[in-house]
Amino acid sequence: MESTSTRRRPLSPHLGVYRWQYSMALSILHRVTGSALSVGLLLFVYWLVAAASGADAYETARTFFVHPLVRLLLIGFSFAFFYHLLNGVRHLTWDTGHGLERQQARLSGWIVFLGAIACTALFWFLLLRSHGGGAA
Amino acid sequence: MSLRSPISRVTGLGTAKDGAGHWWSQRVTSVALLLLGMWFVTSLLRMPDFSYGFVTAWIAMPLNAVLLLLLIGTLVYHSQLGVQVVVEDYVHHHGLKIATMLLLTFAHVTVAALAIFAVLRLAFGGGA
Repeated sequence: MESTSTRRRPLSPHLGVYRWQYSMALSILHRVTGSALSVGLLLFVYWLVAAASGADAYETARTFFVHPLVRLLLIGFSFAFFYHLLNGVRHLTWDTGHGLERQQARLSGWIVFLGAIACTALFWFLLLRSHGGGAA
Repeated sequence: MSLRSPISRVTGLGTAKDGAGHWWSQRVTSVALLLLGMWFVTSLLRMPDFSYGFVTAWIAMPLNAVLLLLLIGTLVYHSQLGVQVVVEDYVHHHGLKIATMLLLTFAHVTVAALAIFAVLRLAFGGGA
C-alpha cells in the first residue's frame, strides 16, 4: 500500500481553471509594480549617490537619465509608482472592511487603473513643461 | 484551543509565527510612504531645474534631508517586506529560498546605507 506521505495529492489552487478576471489582473499588477519599484529604487539611490559624489558624477548621471530609453524606463517606473500607491490605498480601504462588494471593487479598480495613467501623464506633463527637455 | 494537527505541531510547520508583525509593518510603512511619496513627487515638480547646484542645495536643506532619510528607510523596509512575500510564494526550494532572501536582505541594507550616507554627506557639507 502506498503511504500517505508519499502519495501525490491534488494541490490547490488550480490556477489553470480560473477564467482571467479584472480582479486577478489588478492584483497581479500590484505585485508586478511593487517588484519593479524595488528595482527602480536603485535609480533613485543612484541619483542621490551621484549628487553626493560631485559635479562630474552628477553630470554623468544626468546624461544617463535624459537618454530616451532611460526616460522611457522612468515613465514606466512612474506609472508603477502611481499604480502601486493608488492600489495600495484600495488595499488599505479593504483592510478596514469597506469596499469589498463586487460592484465597489470593480469601480475602485477602474478608478485606480485610470487614475494611475492620469497621474503619470500629469506628472510628466508638469515636469517637462517647467523644465523642457533638460529635465532629468 | 489549538486547531493545529499533532503532526504539524511536531514538525513545527503550519504557522508563520510572526506573520501578524509582517502584515502590520507592511501597512504602517505603506501609510508612511503615501505621505512621503506625495511629498517627494510634489518636491520634484516644484524644482526649478535639476542642475547639480540646485539639487545638492535642496538635499542639504535640513527638512529635506530628514524627510529623504525617512523616505529611504521606509522605502527600503517596505521593499524588503514586499520581496520577502514574493520569494516565499515563488521560490519553493528551501535552501534556495534562504539564499535568495539573504542576498535580497544584504542588497536592501547596502542600498539603504549608500543612500543615507549620500544624504548625510550633502547635509553636513563634507563632500562634493
